Parts: sequence; structure tokens; C-alpha cells
Amino acid sequence: MGADPRLRDLRRIAIVPALNEQHTVARVIDELHAFDEGLDVVVVDDGSVDATAQVARAKGARVLRLPFNLGIGGAVQTGFRFAFENDYDIAVRVDGDGQHDPGQLGRVLEPVLRGDADIVVGSRFADVELSGYRSSRTRRIGIRLLAWIVSRIVGQRVTDTTSGFQALNREGIALFARDYPHDYPEVEATVMVFRHRLRLLEVPVEMRERGGGRSSITALRSIYYMVKVLLAIFVGLFRRNVVPEEGSE
Amino acid sequence: MTPLAVSIFGAIASFVLVLVVLELIRSRRLRERYALLWLVTGIVLTVLSAWRDGLNTIAGWLGVRSYPPAVLFAVGLLFILAVLLHYSTVISRLSDQNVLLAQRLALLEQELAGE
Repeated sequence: MGADPRLRDLRRIAIVPALNEQHTVARVIDELHAFDEGLDVVVVDDGSVDATAQVARAKGARVLRLPFNLGIGGAVQTGFRFAFENDYDIAVRVDGDGQHDPGQLGRVLEPVLRGDADIVVGSRFADVELSGYRSSRTRRIGIRLLAWIVSRIVGQRVTDTTSGFQALNREGIALFARDYPHDYPEVEATVMVFRHRLRLLEVPVEMRERGGGRSSITALRSIYYMVKVLLAIFVGLFRRNVVPEEGSE
Repeated sequence: MTPLAVSIFGAIASFVLVLVVLELIRSRRLRERYALLWLVTGIVLTVLSAWRDGLNTIAGWLGVRSYPPAVLFAVGLLFILAVLLHYSTVISRLSDQNVLLAQRLALLEQELAGE
């Protein structure tokens, strides 16, 4: 597949967070290069104990190896920092477990390339026709509930606040490089984007079954997760100074 | 029965604790992850202080007949122990990570010096 001609003059990078994904990360990198051979790939290895880093390097990706597990938020932000400091114009985020299909990146990138959005999120639920996505009942209810609350807060319909399949322009990269939530970050990040008056759009995507590894959210942790995220969102609403000064953390 | 002054003072003090924790999160001096246990502590103590009949009932279950507010102290103490134990695990994790960081730094410096 040939890359979009509008991409040609842009410095573009794929950020791939991976934790013990040695069986899937090679395929993800191959598919990213098949989508666009000029796309740099940086794999953020969040403390894997398997051969994820070696496999990724062998496939020609840059690998940022974190000395210990930071959790998905810290791992992804490492990628955004790398993209920001190396002056990339466009970044896409694709998970290393293979559930995001790089073949659909064209659709996710389109609003960013058109200049209509700073951040685009591939949503499993934006289009009912495409929603072949399967997961446990409680998980679906949780995702729906969060989407409803976030939609209320930001005043725009958001259907999938937990999706990590994203494309960002320079503004989006700069924001996330400076400030990105911890633990399970996407919900808080969505609210943050609106608080900074950046433009967020969703496009419908289809996600695949996870190729390997396990979801970072187990059943027991989801209650803690919901409470923590809701607390963070509501307290965050009372913050006037939304961006922390560099080094204040 | 709990003296009214104790109930009022207990409820106000615990509620202030909740407000202080929320303000610390808002000003980014406390992470949500470490705030949850404090918030639960504050909320439980606020409820137990304000809900006088409940405190009496619980005191009855625990065999505390003479002075129900003792249950407030016991619950407060229990939560403080939980917070401290939680912090001990956090400190252990941080010191493990610190060792790892120092080792990585030493290896990197050696690599750079060897060029």
C-alpha cells in the first residue's frame, strides 16, 4: 500500500507501547512499514521480561527500554517525549499486542492531515456497523459509562474513551509530552485534550482480537480503575492551571 | 451515647481531612493512586462521627458499652495502620527501582567512557 502523498514531507513516527509482546510486535512493525515505509517506529518496552526489545530491534524499530514497568501511561508518554524532542510532525500510537490494525491508519490519520483535528481516536463504537468488537460484559458497560460521563463533561459525543489507537499532530504531541496521566491514561487524556482546547475527533475502526499478552485491566482492578479515573476527572475539573510547569512533578 | 460535642468535632475534623486531600490532588501534590486510602479514611470517619446511632450500634457489636467514641479511635487507628503499611510497600518498590536506576546509569556511563 502506498503512503498518502501528503505524508511525504512530514516527519512521522509510530509509537508502539509493548509489554511482553514478543509474539506480536514483529507483525505490528511489519504492518506499520507496509502501510508507510517512511514511518519511523519506536517501540517503548515497558519492562518486558521476554524478547520484545530484541525482536523489535531486529525488525528495524528504535527501542526505548524502560528499566522497570511504568504502566501504560508512563510508557506511552516516553514515546511522546521522544517524538517531541526529535521534532516529529505527526505521531500515531499503535499497541504492540496487535489489536490495532495498521491497515486502518489511513482512516485515523485523515482528519489530522486535513487539519481538522489535533488528535484523532480510532473508536470501536463510533459506527455500529463496524462494532464487531467483543469483550466481557462488565468491561463494555464500564467503557460505555465512561464515554457517557466524558461526553457530558466535554460537550461533544465521545464513544470510546479507552482506545489507544490514535493519531496526533505537533500540538497533540507537545501536550502529551508535557502532561500525560498515569496508570490507565486514555480517559483522563481525553478530558485534558478538551481542557486545552485542542480538537479531538473520533473515527470508526475495527479492532482485532488481542494477538498475545493480556489486557492490562483485569476484572478485580476495574473497580479501582473506575474510582480512580472518576476521581481524577472530577478533581481535574477544578484545576485552573492545567499544565504543570516543567519539572514541578 | 456519644457526647454531642465529640460528634460535631469528629465530623468537622474528618470532613476537613477530605477537603485537604482533594485540594492536594487538585494542586498536583498528591497522586490519585495514593489519595484513595486517605479519602476512604476521611469519608468513613465523617460518616461514623455524624451518624450517632450507627456509632452506638457498632460500639454495641464490638462490646464497647461505656464510651462509643472509642470506636472512632479504633477505626482511625486501623486506617492509619493501613496507610502506613501501604506506604511501606510503596517505599520498598521505590528503593528497588532506585537501585535499578543507579545500576543502569553506571552501565551507561561505562559504555560512554569506553568509546
